[in-house]
Amino acid sequence: MAERSFRKEVEQLRIGAGQTFRGEGILAITKALLENRVGYVGGYQGAPISHLMDVLADAEELMGELGIRFEANASEAAAAAMLAASVHYPIRGAVTFKGPVGVNVASDALANLASGGVTGGALVIVGEDYGEGSSIMQERSHAFATKSQIWLLDPRPNLPSLTRAVRYGFELSEASNTPVMMLMRIRSCHVHGSFTAQDNAAPPLTVREALANPRRDTRRIVLPPYSYLHEKEKIEKRLPAALDYIRANRLNERFGPDEGRVGIVLQGGMYNAVIRALQRLGLADLHGETQVPLYVMNVAYPVVGDEFLDFCTGKDAVLVVEEGQPDYLEQAFRAVLHRAGNHETLLSGKDVLPMAGELTGRVMLEGVESFLRQHAPDLLPADRRAPNQPKQPLPIPDLFKAVPMRPPGFCTGCPERPIFAAMKLVEEEFGQHQISCDIGCHLFSIMPPFEIGGTTMGYGLGPASNAAFDGGGDKRPISIIGDGGFWHNGLNSSIGNAVFNKSDGVTIVVDNYYSAATGGQDILSSRAENRSKATKHAITKAVEGVGVTWVRQIDRTYDVARMRDTLKEALTTPHEGPKVIVASSECMLNRQRRERPLREAAIREGRRVEKPKFGVDEEICTGDHACMRLSGCPSLTLKMPDDPLRDDPVAHIDTSCVGCGNCGEVADAAVLCPSFYRADLVHNPGRLERWWADLNTRAIAWLQRRREGRRLAWDEGVEAAE
Amino acid sequence: MNAPVPPIARDTRVESIVKLAVMAVGGQGGGVLNGWIVDLAERNGYAVQATSVAGVAQRTGATIYYVEMLPDTGTPPVFALAPAEGDVDILIAAELMEAGRAILRGFVTPERTTLIASTHRNLATLEKVAPGDGRGDPSEVRKAAAIAAREFIAFDMEAMALASGSVISASLFGALAGSGALPFPAESYRDCIRASGRGAEASLAAFELARTAAEARVQDTAPDPGPNTASAPAPDPGPPAPRLTGPETLRAAYAALEARLARLPPEAQHIARAGLRKVVDFQDTAYGAEYLDLLEALAAKDRNAGGAQHAHAFTQAAAKYLANAMAYDDLPHVADHKTRVARMPRIAAELAARPETLVQVTEYLHPGAPEFVSLMPARLGAFVESRPSLMRALDRLVNRGRRMRTDRLPSFLLLYAVAGLRRWRRSLLRHRRERAHMAAWLDTATTRLPKNYEHAVETLKIRRLVKGYSDTHARGLSKFDRAMAGAQLVEGRDDAAQWTARLIAAALADPAGTALDGALDTIRSFTTQGRA
Repeated sequence: MAERSFRKEVEQLRIGAGQTFRGEGILAITKALLENRVGYVGGYQGAPISHLMDVLADAEELMGELGIRFEANASEAAAAAMLAASVHYPIRGAVTFKGPVGVNVASDALANLASGGVTGGALVIVGEDYGEGSSIMQERSHAFATKSQIWLLDPRPNLPSLTRAVRYGFELSEASNTPVMMLMRIRSCHVHGSFTAQDNAAPPLTVREALANPRRDTRRIVLPPYSYLHEKEKIEKRLPAALDYIRANRLNERFGPDEGRVGIVLQGGMYNAVIRALQRLGLADLHGETQVPLYVMNVAYPVVGDEFLDFCTGKDAVLVVEEGQPDYLEQAFRAVLHRAGNHETLLSGKDVLPMAGELTGRVMLEGVESFLRQHAPDLLPADRRAPNQPKQPLPIPDLFKAVPMRPPGFCTGCPERPIFAAMKLVEEEFGQHQISCDIGCHLFSIMPPFEIGGTTMGYGLGPASNAAFDGGGDKRPISIIGDGGFWHNGLNSSIGNAVFNKSDGVTIVVDNYYSAATGGQDILSSRAENRSKATKHAITKAVEGVGVTWVRQIDRTYDVARMRDTLKEALTTPHEGPKVIVASSECMLNRQRRERPLREAAIREGRRVEKPKFGVDEEICTGDHACMRLSGCPSLTLKMPDDPLRDDPVAHIDTSCVGCGNCGEVADAAVLCPSFYRADLVHNPGRLERWWADLNTRAIAWLQRRREGRRLAWDEGVEAAE
Repeated sequence: MNAPVPPIARDTRVESIVKLAVMAVGGQGGGVLNGWIVDLAERNGYAVQATSVAGVAQRTGATIYYVEMLPDTGTPPVFALAPAEGDVDILIAAELMEAGRAILRGFVTPERTTLIASTHRNLATLEKVAPGDGRGDPSEVRKAAAIAAREFIAFDMEAMALASGSVISASLFGALAGSGALPFPAESYRDCIRASGRGAEASLAAFELARTAAEARVQDTAPDPGPNTASAPAPDPGPPAPRLTGPETLRAAYAALEARLARLPPEAQHIARAGLRKVVDFQDTAYGAEYLDLLEALAAKDRNAGGAQHAHAFTQAAAKYLANAMAYDDLPHVADHKTRVARMPRIAAELAARPETLVQVTEYLHPGAPEFVSLMPARLGAFVESRPSLMRALDRLVNRGRRMRTDRLPSFLLLYAVAGLRRWRRSLLRHRRERAHMAAWLDTATTRLPKNYEHAVETLKIRRLVKGYSDTHARGLSKFDRAMAGAQLVEGRDDAAQWTARLIAAALADPAGTALDGALDTIRSFTTQGRA
């Protein structure tokens, strides 16, 4: 069950020609796929296109009606491989994953696909995760497009342009027998807007029908001598075909006056940011009508040299707006100018814009302004040419120290927190270990308060990245892998690798029942019933299946003491070969989403329900915060007690507590302090239970009165319920 | 060709694009708020574009939503997808420090930005893990916001949401409505909430609370309770005294003790009143008399040392730390608080428990052998402690986590009995230890009093480092000892007090005392030739 349900929004995917579609970018892309006779779709989730996978999953019924096959692939490689269906059959296929990490994983299949070429349109929708909010290394997918010769679309980030890109993406792919990659930047995935819809259309040939009439063509298989022919064909046939299509269908756009002394060439994805900079400089109007000529590259690869040269004609200087590095476009354009013998037009780009990092609003404004100041100062408005001395504003206090860093961390009640609390306790006892991490929510353990682990080499590669230490030594290496990474790549690359190489290391598989970091999608070992996917395949069985003999399953990660002892056992056992601990508890976000409505219904219907919450006795807490250093839970926070004798804030558990139990377990396992308590609110208790509770309460009250009568007490009055 | 383009008048409509950014902490429901704002704009005939950065940033990390809007003319405007520095009209911060982050990032400017911020704190992990008080200074952010924003609307919107059984997105939406920063009627805001379905009623209640407050420009200027410091001027008189209950004789005895407070320097009386109450609550009125005896003696020395010129800072610090030292954290103290009459109603109130429900309370206790031994009569305890094999055997016997249901009689009785040990507390091993420790500490401080007043005050404050139970307590004691040793090293220097204060701050910076060791090394480098 995914974190976000699109069931309501998916209804909009049924609207027909002329109607206005309103919604997020990813939803619009899905609609465009349906309108463009796609035959099959697949992909692997990951920000920023996770929601696209969720939308597709929720739209499965609709796709079924149209005869479209949807597959939630095991990895990006599997998704890219699925495009093989478009090699021999005239069926349009689309897959989606994030870039560049997903593209890295998919690159083997993509290279093979690009070599043989396609008959049906093959579209790879890449969520390019570059800039603010990204959780991965900062690289561009551009390189993959150029090295394998896959056409790269980078459409303007508005819904009409994005949906149009889907259509001409398929057509371009078919016209040039080449797969097409379409970039969706983080914000364009979630941009909310509208476009005019078309009718949905079933694929002319469904995958079912194709299956009944198999086809093959040896010349499309990547094997000598055909692979040599493919390489030639790419240049001699496919590239010219692509260029023809791009030119004929005006995929790249020109805005502004036909003539001008300066102009800007930009990636489509940068369009809004460039227009905003021009708007702020008074050089573009509200609707993007600009006084500076623009050449917008909705196709970032291949570059259409003659279009570019035509744009440069009569211009003194042209600015290339390209985000990130290397400056592929700038280099390509320099070559184009050079070959054409154009020495009149000066090319600007990374001299006024930063080579590395996101082109944010301010960076773009300063870059464009700097370019204009150098090459066409008369275009700049008077206030920009000779700005008045800015009013000396009051100095704003520097908040650098006051504002704390707020990196992402484990959610309230996260079942992974106790695993790392236990690791911390083992570390206190045994000292530090060599620990390698993996991709997933569990990577937040590298942040305070746990600060565990030193590397992360890729999805499912945590244990594999400890391979150099597999020979063992005084201390065993520890590696962490999530259930998502495990099924993505880890079973083979990490576990199988460790078995084969007789690793002495310890691996902790963090199993939270979902691919949680990407939004809670189901995977093979998920415990949920899934209508269209096979779940409940135990990780332990898979691990044993590839030959691990020391396997421990922990079914309640919140049992910190057991977690700690199991890890200690794994680190000390004389057993040879890899030691694998599967630590399983359901992702709390998903669990709450699933259980809360059920619980509320049960309470309404008069059934007995226990609702736990933790609390701290303020008078007993001494404000040392040792518990915080083993938790980092958002609901476990600080509060300044109303007591002039206290210097430091004490622990406090706010109302967001879900009663996971970590606080109590940690206080117990780490022998911290007795100030934690769990309070269970019992709704609709039985009659016997109520009678027994009343009896206890009365006896306790008698004892309390007895003692209270003999001592001094301060009656503060109980604060009103919140 | 190459003819200069005739300058065209700047399109002033560009200036009227409303640019709104929401800075939130992942998990706060920023997405819901974003959705409402889009709906609101569309309902009012605006063209609107909204974006967000999803992904792992939303897992409790700082996250941004961004909206641009303008009356719809039929031709779509080109909107930006991300906020730019110096170009934001409305900034909604779902937490006070996020307002600070917005200012840091340049999104808040005096010419144009209405800053709407909830003043509650959602502490970042880094703020929570320091053994002392690692919280960022909210007053800095308020000060900066007052300068940086065109208008600053700030109150606790989280509390309003909680009071209505809703989440903060509803009260933020209300504050936006009340701010008047958008030209839309309040009713169309309400329609957006109603259209979103589930929980609409609670959301509407939170919305109204915040809308009214924002409209009235309510400023909760009540500063966050900052760290209490002994040197801070005592706010006298304090809050209204709670009602004292108990036998007539005890109340009379207590009144007599309270009367003695008048003999203390006036600056120290407020804190001494709290201290007196703490030690009497911990033990009995006789213990209170002991506290006052000790304190009066210290106050006398303070006066002799010219304390009047220092606002009797020594007596103030003594009143505080003496009470804390006397009311140490032992098992009877824990058991006493867990079995008090006021506790269950307090917990029930925390849970908002209605009468037809039951409240069950489970305690997580894990006392080890040292705790048990400390409960023994002093001589017996010392005997057991001196025999490691006996200690190990005892530890095996007792050292395990205990879950105790204090809403049930058996567990309650056990804790009740432990609390009852209070009567014999003075003869227990722990008490002897604490008294000896306290005496040595007070002695050191008073000896310094005639020579260096400030240093004597700082010496008292080192007591702040003793906190926690079992291992944590041992670590606190070790820090206390190290800081005391450091204070000894700087004795005789003019800046001894400053160095001692620095040692305390360093000791509170991290759990292991790394910063403290660093500070000690520095001290050794100039007090002794090289390392001592």
